[in-house]
Order: sequence, then C-alpha cells, then structure tokens
Amino acid sequence: MLDVRRPLARLGHNFIEGLWRAGSMARFFGLVIASSATSFVRFRLVMREVYFTGVLSLIIIIVSGLFVGMVLGLQGYETLQRYGATESIGVLVALSLVRELGPVVAALLFASRAGSAITAEIGLMKTTEQLTAMDMMAVSPMARVIAPRFWAGIISMPILSLLFSAMGVFGGYVVGVVLFGVDNGAFWSQMQAAVEFRYDVLNGLLKAFVFGIAVTVIATFEGYDAPPTAEGVSGATTRTVVTSALTILALDFVLTAFMLRADT
Amino acid sequence: MERTTIDLWFGAFVTAGFVALLVLALKVGNLGSERAAQTYRVEARFDNIGGLKVRGPVRSAGVLVGRVADIRFDNDRFQAQVTLALDSRYTWPKDTSASILTSGLLGETYVGLEAGGDDKKLVAGDRIQITQSAVVLEKLISQLLFSKASEPPAPAPAPASAPSRK
Repeated sequence: MLDVRRPLARLGHNFIEGLWRAGSMARFFGLVIASSATSFVRFRLVMREVYFTGVLSLIIIIVSGLFVGMVLGLQGYETLQRYGATESIGVLVALSLVRELGPVVAALLFASRAGSAITAEIGLMKTTEQLTAMDMMAVSPMARVIAPRFWAGIISMPILSLLFSAMGVFGGYVVGVVLFGVDNGAFWSQMQAAVEFRYDVLNGLLKAFVFGIAVTVIATFEGYDAPPTAEGVSGATTRTVVTSALTILALDFVLTAFMLRADT
Repeated sequence: MERTTIDLWFGAFVTAGFVALLVLALKVGNLGSERAAQTYRVEARFDNIGGLKVRGPVRSAGVLVGRVADIRFDNDRFQAQVTLALDSRYTWPKDTSASILTSGLLGETYVGLEAGGDDKKLVAGDRIQITQSAVVLEKLISQLLFSKASEPPAPAPAPASAPSRK
C-alpha cells in the first residue's frame, strides 16, 4: 500500500519551514533597518555597493530596455495597423513601459544580475568565516556588510527602472517613427496626452522602490542564512532568484490593484 | 577629502537616473505645460453623463480648456453632479452651456462648453445651468427603429414581392 504519510509529512515540513523563514526574514529586515546608521555615517560604503549593484547593471538594463521597447513597437504596430491607429503606438509603448514593464522587468533583471551576486558574496563571506571574524573584532557584519548593500539596492532600483523605461520609449520611437514612418509629432503628442506624470510615472517609481526593498532583503537574507558549504551557497543563490521573481510579480499585482483603485 | 573612481561612478549613475526621470516627466509625461496652470471649479448637473470619467477633458471649440475634477450622484435630484476644473486663463459668460460629447463614434467622452452671450462671467463655485446629456446610442437606434416601424411601408421596388398591389 502506498504510504501517504511521507509526502504529507514533507508538505507539512515545507510549510512550517516557509513560515519559519518568513519570520526570520522579517526579523532580519528589522535588524538591517536598526543597524543602518553606519551606512549613512560612512556613506562611501553604500556608494561602493551602488557601483557594484547599480552601475554594473547599467549595460544589461539599457540593452534590455531598448529591445523591449523595440519589440513593443513592432508588435503594437502590427496590431494597431489593422485599425488604422498606428499613431497610438507611442501611447502603447510608453504606458506599458512606465506602468508595468519598466519596474517589473528591471527588477527581475536586477534580481538575477545583482541579487544573486549579493547572495553569493555574503554566503561565501559566511562560509569562509569572514562574518564571524568581523564579529570577533567587534565590527557588526549587519552594519558593515548587510546594511550598505540593502541601501544600495534601494537607491539603484528606481534609477535602473527609470533608465529602462526611458530606453524603452526610445526603442519604441526608433521602431515606430524611424522604421515604420509613424508621424513624429503625433507619436509624441498622443503619448504626452495619455501619460500622466503623477499617476503613471510616479506610481511606476513607487513600484520600483518597493521591488528594490524586496529584492535586496531577500538577497541579503538568503546570503546571511545560507548553510556554510559550497552546496548551501549555490542553493541560496538559486533561491534568491526564484523567490525574488515570485515576490516581484506578486507584489506587482497587489500594488497595481491598489493603484488602479486609487485612480478611479 | 580624497576622491575615488567610485564617487565619479556614483555621481554619473545618479545623474543618469535624474535625466531619465526628467525625460519621462517632460518628454513622455508632458509635465508642466498643462499641470502648472491655475484652475477654478464650476459645477454642472447632467441627467446622464454616459462614459465620462474623472480627469476627462473639457473642451471648447476642440481646445482643451479644463478637466473633470469630480463626479458624484445627487440623490435628491437623481442627477449626476460634475465638477469641472477650468483653466483660469479662460473666462466664460454666465449662460455658457455644457454638453456631454464623444470624440468620434467610439472615442473618449468629454464635456463640451459652448459660450453664451451674458455680460457676467462664470466664477468659481458657480453652476452651469444649461446642460445637455450624453447621447445613448442604444436609445437612438431603438428610436430610429420604432419611428421606421410606425411609418407606412414604402412602395416596394420589386413587383414580385409586393403583396398589396392591386
């Protein structure tokens, strides 16, 4: 007879394990905020991390933004052409980028480009007992290692999202106006009539900000919590990307629901 | 204070973000040209506002002169009470009329203003007295059908399908 107890037990174990991790992540988040003072007193620590997480992600963000905008332009033109509304291509590209794709895709890229690196770095520091060594020297690893990376993520993420959206709009312009010959004036004027700074651009920025918090908390926590083995670090890196992606998409749904509610 | 390359990169990164925000605000979002304008609010009651939305446009002679600031249902009169935020650069006579219009057959719904001939001007808090409701397409079609049905039948062109011919 099939033993159903074992899968059930594993399910229950996974569930309790998940709750446990959620709880420790919340405590970790509080601890990071509490030990953030050093990050602002020695702001250069944060700047150094902004360089590694933000500046080095620029290339992938700019190139992906450009391509996403160009693909939106191609696909949008293909459909709008049937209704003779090709001038609306600017509206389509700008609204979808500024409201959704900019923050979400930039956050996904940020999680896989910078989040995984943060986890691997912290995990390896733990494995090689650098964090313990710091503790021995009365240097708090929370304040010296974790908090600067957290704040760097919060600074980088909105900037990357803005750059992604701007590049995407440029990509849409290249495909729509330069390639397909949509009227330049109509392209921009329709876009300007449809995009509201407060409701679209600032809401997108708010999303990017929230995603920045989520990704960096997950990345630093996974690194800090990783089992101090090679296997443990690799597992933690994978978990960072998977958890971040799911969290970003779920948070995006919640935030969008709130923002649309506030709109009407 | 000694300077490092990291400082330069940080500065460049933040500047790039700021430029992107400016581009999105000015080139994409058209901030400033319209938003900075001062407005004054007037009210209007309509029997039916159709698909009018808050922040929808108010136009006169096709030019954008304001936005719909608020839409409420007046439970005493069973009418829609619409608050319009009009650009203070433009003033209107007191007997200006407002109507709910649609741009094109399926386009967005907007409020159209048509100036009257009064000497007194519309000021903040006033109510536009003369209003015209939205045209409900279904009602229009059913009216057309009913009026067609009540007409005497037109003489049929083809002799084969004319039963009333003597």
